Amino acid sequence: MNRYIERNISWLFPLPAAIFILSMMAFPITYTVWVSLTDWSMASSGSVKFIGLQNYIDLFSDDRFYNSVKLTIYFTVLAVGVETVLGVAIALILNREFQGKGLVKGILLLPMVATPVAIGLAWTLFYEPTIGLGNYALQLLGMAPSKWLASNTAVIPSLALVDIWEWTPMVTLIVLAGLASLPNEPYEAALVDGASEWQIFRYITLPLLFPTIMIAVVLRGIDAFKTFDIIYTMTAGGPGFASETLNIYAYNLAFGYFKFGAASSALVALLALVLGSSLIVLWIRRSWEQ
Amino acid sequence: MKSLVKRGLMFAGALVLAAAVAGCGSSGQKAADGQKFAGQTIRFVASNHTYTDAIKPLIPEFEKKTGIKVNMESYFEDQLTQKLTVEFTSKSSTIDVFMTRPLQEGRLFTKNNWYQPLNTYLSDSQKTPADWKWNDFQKSAVDATTLKGNVYAVPIVTEWQTLFYRKDLFEQAGLTPPKTLEELEAAAKKLHNPSAGMYGIVSRGQRGAAVTQFSSYLYGHGGDFLKDGKCVLDSPQAVQAIQYYGRILHDYGPPGVTNMSWPQAQALMASGKVAMWTDASTLLPGLLDPQKSKVADKVGLAMFPAGPAGQHPFMVVPWAVAVSNQSKNKDAAWEFVKWMSSEEVMKKAQLAGNTTTRNAIWSAQAVLAKLHPGMADIAKQTGGIAVPYDRPVMTAVVEARDAIGDVIVKSIESGGKADIASLAKEATAKVNELLSKSGELSQ
Repeated sequence: MNRYIERNISWLFPLPAAIFILSMMAFPITYTVWVSLTDWSMASSGSVKFIGLQNYIDLFSDDRFYNSVKLTIYFTVLAVGVETVLGVAIALILNREFQGKGLVKGILLLPMVATPVAIGLAWTLFYEPTIGLGNYALQLLGMAPSKWLASNTAVIPSLALVDIWEWTPMVTLIVLAGLASLPNEPYEAALVDGASEWQIFRYITLPLLFPTIMIAVVLRGIDAFKTFDIIYTMTAGGPGFASETLNIYAYNLAFGYFKFGAASSALVALLALVLGSSLIVLWIRRSWEQ
Repeated sequence: MKSLVKRGLMFAGALVLAAAVAGCGSSGQKAADGQKFAGQTIRFVASNHTYTDAIKPLIPEFEKKTGIKVNMESYFEDQLTQKLTVEFTSKSSTIDVFMTRPLQEGRLFTKNNWYQPLNTYLSDSQKTPADWKWNDFQKSAVDATTLKGNVYAVPIVTEWQTLFYRKDLFEQAGLTPPKTLEELEAAAKKLHNPSAGMYGIVSRGQRGAAVTQFSSYLYGHGGDFLKDGKCVLDSPQAVQAIQYYGRILHDYGPPGVTNMSWPQAQALMASGKVAMWTDASTLLPGLLDPQKSKVADKVGLAMFPAGPAGQHPFMVVPWAVAVSNQSKNKDAAWEFVKWMSSEEVMKKAQLAGNTTTRNAIWSAQAVLAKLHPGMADIAKQTGGIAVPYDRPVMTAVVEARDAIGDVIVKSIESGGKADIASLAKEATAKVNELLSKSGELSQ
């Protein structure tokens, strides 16, 4: 037995990982691509037929698809952009020594631990224009009330705010880890040369931290692209289609209209979008390092 | 030796079996009748509905009477449709009985053969004794669950569009409940006072959800969703109705109405923020419950007002109960369906706030005396003039509702001032395309 393992170790050890990847990643993706080439739908007559690229042709001539791609990108850029700036700022503050640091760190992590659906429901109450806290807060600040989720211009920023509230701590965590691994020497040298705080941040901390920040952006970006839970519980894509992101659109196609073929093609498009933008960000990171 | 033991055991087994069979024969026909399916277990998938709430505590009685064990689970309506679709598509579903929405799912599920056709069950006096009184069900309700002569589900509740209003506010303002849509708008205008936190009227404004509660406004203006197998949402009457609906909700409605389905609208009405609400009659119990409603003693009920083309509120069967075609215990499942829609159980459900489908219940004085004032009259009058659907009845109804709902949302956002005629034209083209894809469009 031992000898058998010894001899076949080269493929025995990676076997669990290989099985996992095949069954949990390769198979679902291949299957989705296959379904996206068929007309599988509960609502149309007849059996499932192979129809080539027809679903994609339909998709690319569908206004709702373009609308959803636009909204997905808008939501992602807005949410991840603010999260990155805020997250880095908070990490820099937390990197200093002060009393009660542990407590602040703990409190900061709380939003991440909460259940997204519960978060969605709580924020929906907050945003309710008549009885919600949101407009009350605006009033206290002397600002005009907003319709929040019911306005087709404010709905995406309102949803992004929830995402920012929930996920900024994650960026902070990643950046904190990056900060802890920075070498001391450049800082000592800069201090000796009489650099100001801003100069130290701008010319030492930021460049050294950049690869870490990019990792945070990629991780958050992928998540934000496929945000589903909070949008579904708070607006279900409304008002009208003003917050129907690509993932919500695919969901409506699959479980609202039961058009599984069309839904799969939308999901393949989403996958391409996520993959493409991750590659771009990683490419930026690599060209930065060179 | 071994084989001797084996043979002995087999003999003993045969003896026990014979005794059991003999015992069955001698213990009388009566127990066998009621307990024909004793020991079977059925899985019942329900929706979260007041009817379900009413019968849930009664299920142990059914189990005791028949010996059938009932496993029940319940979901919100959209999740229920998904659950059923996913399970039935997998073709290995263990669902025996399920609640279904005839207008929403009827055609889709029939097309996929997910309902057990009930005609053979209903006509067989062994399976359906005459004293269950199938002929006591309202004819319009039975029509709603019949497709091409085939009954696919037993209708259990009805609902119709009605006007909920605040009696106290109407009295203060010297108003009577509006009889026409013109009066409805005037009343909404008079009672609308946003600075005091009071809004004139609310109705659903959320994309797909709005379509059903808009339907009575549409019919009142002389419009319709489909006519002769084609979408007619671009007719001048329909455009007028969409503009009207958008205008009153924009001018006299609460902010955020485009994100409201019935739970949000009901919450506003119950918290005393709106003077009028048009929605389905089945939502009344939520307004009358003093635990949930600040206005429990102030809610009045009126018929849905008449439009320029007359008074045409919808009256539909929102829920029916069906036997799954994939069920392995269809006869036991049918026993449960019969029990659930029996006069005795239905009466209890009606007393718990449901509006049910048996004629006998609507003429029983004991039941009528306990209804909200005006309810029985309104039900009767509405029944006489009602339109039996509240959405375009077609296979791709969800997608069609989204297309139509989007026009309604845009009308509410613009107060009816957007170019509704061309938006309606686009939606009409979309709906016709869907009809054509499922082979339902007439040329």
